[in-house]
Amino acid sequence: MKKYRFYVLMLLGISALLSSCGNQGDGKSSSNGALSSTGAEKSYVAPGEHDEFYAFISGGYSGNITVYGLPSGRMFKEIPVFSQFPTSGYGYSEETKPMLNTSFGFVPWDDSHHPDISQTNGELDGRWIFINGNNTPRIARVSLSTFETEEIIELPNSAGNHSSSFITENTEYVVAGTRFSVPIPQRDMPINEYKGNFKGALSFISIAADNGRLNLEFQLIMPGFNYDLSHPGRGKSHGWFFFTTYNTEEANTLMEVNSSQNDKDFIAAVNWKMVEEYVKNGGGTKVPAEYAHNVYDEHTHTATSTMKKEVITVNPLDVPGAVYFLPTPKSPHGCDVDPSGQYIIGNGKLSADLTIHSFDKMIAAIEGKKFDGDAYGIPILKFEDVLAGVVKSGGLGPLHTEFDGKGNAYTTFFISSEVVKWELGTWEVLDRQPTFYSVGHLMIPGGNSAKPFGKYVVALNKITKDRYLPTGPELEHSAQLYDISGNKMELILDFPTHGEPHYAAGCPADLLAPNSKKIYRLDENKHPYAVLTPDQAKVTREGNEVHVYMSTSRSHFTPDNIEGVKVGDKVYFHITNHEQDFDFPHGFAMIGQNTSELLVMPGQTKTSLWEPKKVGVWPFYCTDFCSALHQEMQGYVRVSPAGSNVPLTYTLGD
Amino acid sequence: MKKASIIMIIGPLLLLGLFSFPLWNIILGAPQYPEPLGMNIHIDGIRDMNEFDLQNIDGLNHYIGMRSLPKPEDMWEFSTFPIVILGMVAVGVLVGLLGFLGKVSHKWFIGWFIVMSILGILGMYDFNAWMVDYGTNLDPNAIMKLENPDGTPMSYKPPLFGHAKMLNFDVTSLPAKGAWFMFTGMMLTVVAFFLGWKNRKSVQVKETTKFATS
Repeated sequence: MKKYRFYVLMLLGISALLSSCGNQGDGKSSSNGALSSTGAEKSYVAPGEHDEFYAFISGGYSGNITVYGLPSGRMFKEIPVFSQFPTSGYGYSEETKPMLNTSFGFVPWDDSHHPDISQTNGELDGRWIFINGNNTPRIARVSLSTFETEEIIELPNSAGNHSSSFITENTEYVVAGTRFSVPIPQRDMPINEYKGNFKGALSFISIAADNGRLNLEFQLIMPGFNYDLSHPGRGKSHGWFFFTTYNTEEANTLMEVNSSQNDKDFIAAVNWKMVEEYVKNGGGTKVPAEYAHNVYDEHTHTATSTMKKEVITVNPLDVPGAVYFLPTPKSPHGCDVDPSGQYIIGNGKLSADLTIHSFDKMIAAIEGKKFDGDAYGIPILKFEDVLAGVVKSGGLGPLHTEFDGKGNAYTTFFISSEVVKWELGTWEVLDRQPTFYSVGHLMIPGGNSAKPFGKYVVALNKITKDRYLPTGPELEHSAQLYDISGNKMELILDFPTHGEPHYAAGCPADLLAPNSKKIYRLDENKHPYAVLTPDQAKVTREGNEVHVYMSTSRSHFTPDNIEGVKVGDKVYFHITNHEQDFDFPHGFAMIGQNTSELLVMPGQTKTSLWEPKKVGVWPFYCTDFCSALHQEMQGYVRVSPAGSNVPLTYTLGD
Repeated sequence: MKKASIIMIIGPLLLLGLFSFPLWNIILGAPQYPEPLGMNIHIDGIRDMNEFDLQNIDGLNHYIGMRSLPKPEDMWEFSTFPIVILGMVAVGVLVGLLGFLGKVSHKWFIGWFIVMSILGILGMYDFNAWMVDYGTNLDPNAIMKLENPDGTPMSYKPPLFGHAKMLNFDVTSLPAKGAWFMFTGMMLTVVAFFLGWKNRKSVQVKETTKFATS
């Protein structure tokens, strides 16, 4: 009995010890608030867990979009848009070459800038993401179920397609403005006759509600300023679009000085509903133009390119009341509209202050005809009459502003390298945090919509310097993630980004993840060269064109050995992946391929052109480690001299 | 006896659930299959748990020399089982109706249950025999020929009931919704038998008292 009592006491003692340890631990985490809210903890997404947000970050001169998770900063995918991408064969495969066709021929690259997610009633709906090619003016539409580029439309009369690609609140239009004014139509003329002769085109591209098809509806031909950035009105200002301008001086040389002389440039306010109505009633002028419209079909897995021959242009003076200029100080860059649609923010990049215009005041000024002259016949509203307020930031070089949906705005300052948080209405600065270094755009998920998700802001910097281990003279850019759920912004993560991110777009993960496609259905494959069952595999010859109808499944090509190919032939390998399982692509690579490998998703067909130049027996293989027998997934092509009589044969397993 | 007969009619009718729901379900999960593959065994064939599962199971099985999963026309069972089930339902309902009309006694109820149980056990035996054949009768030219530690060829017979580890896969085999309909239906016939048995006694007692008073 005594012994028993002793044991009980000992047990009690141990349990007391254990529980006190536990309490101690609890006490620590609750009392030491700073420890529990470290950046590591806030940005940590445990292995196997998923991020809360998707972030689509433009790649700038990579021409693409990269997909990240927030708050972890992990990169998930690079979506090829305007640039050839050997990883998947985009722009190299016969099916996707037409995607990069333009009126200048095949342009294998662009400078992608401003992604924007489709909206319904001003809120993100997650159907598509749009992005502009800045260099050879183009707008692309990317599916957010396949995360593949489905459509690219070129823009005539445009150059430096920068104030793009922003969409209206019901995805009626994706809007694209020209940064560089040019002669319209293009012609041979002296550059120093720029003033008054060059024009700036603002393009309105409609988006079909059912399939997203793009159509260039009209171009508003504006004075020859530089149209820098833009944003749609929303809510009460829905139907309007706002564009910042610089170089209202219309200088054409030593721009950095000559286009910075005017104390104020303009924000152009365009009533697009009015122009739309005008065009619907037969207004505008159909003028000859040449621009490519490239559409990728998910079922044929093939793109087609059509050259369009005309476009409707509209002279703003023909639609009185549709366009006004709002004077805005110091070469404004970003042009941002708050979630309510009431405030239009001009980020005067050469000043310390932000200029905020009021939509209500603008309408009142228009109704009261309070004009301060005109520019090429377009009325200029009086600065004081449209001004809602000025943010005296204390920073330098404001570029872009986003909103948290709680009445606050966040503005990047390139020169002073910081993000400044301020309050809409009072214009008071509430907080500021340094960025590393020289921040350009910033992004709050849904920040360009009526319903932002104000939990994080990503600052996308232009200069990296010492943020990461050095990698020679060329560095990736750096991004910082701030938690903005509290009163003060808190830097929680620093991560590198690919190419040069300009703008980005983000949305809650659950808007997209459930709709993300896992496979393409083989029974919906309408590719003309698809092989739907392995017994359909064959090799045919038409003159010097050899078509190989080939299927792949773990772990073989059907057929795997081909004879009868001759030097000088054009051999088209049409590869159909017969897998119908998530994440089982097969690759295809042929020795001496002058294009790129192919990465073929389950159920998909892709084609690679190979032009054999040497006699011999040449192997091909699967580039994606598809299975335990991936290394065995290979075949040979026997190449005979031109004019030889080796019959065309193909085999598998015999 | 009327209540017992109604239950006797309902019981066999529940077996019709086998025509809508799978009898058995086998799930194969592995590290690289966080969403497991699965097959649903219906009385008239094996079907996907999720679309393309059978194709993907076959794709994996070919490495170890297993044959493709049978199509309905490949096995006589898949055409015979539905007829047997339908027949047993008809007989069961008939027995119940006759019981209701007082033409047969409750002993027929348990009789139906015993016949159904024997058929069920035969079915399970047949199913197990197929799984043994499927899991051990392997292609001699299989890509991967794996052996047990004792040198005998590895077998890939899925468990009839419960869990087994097969290479990188966790295989779980359990009765599915259709089977629960069948078990419930069969149990109801047992209930019907007991009710009939109890009822018969009280009826007899009542009858004796009647005789005594008259």
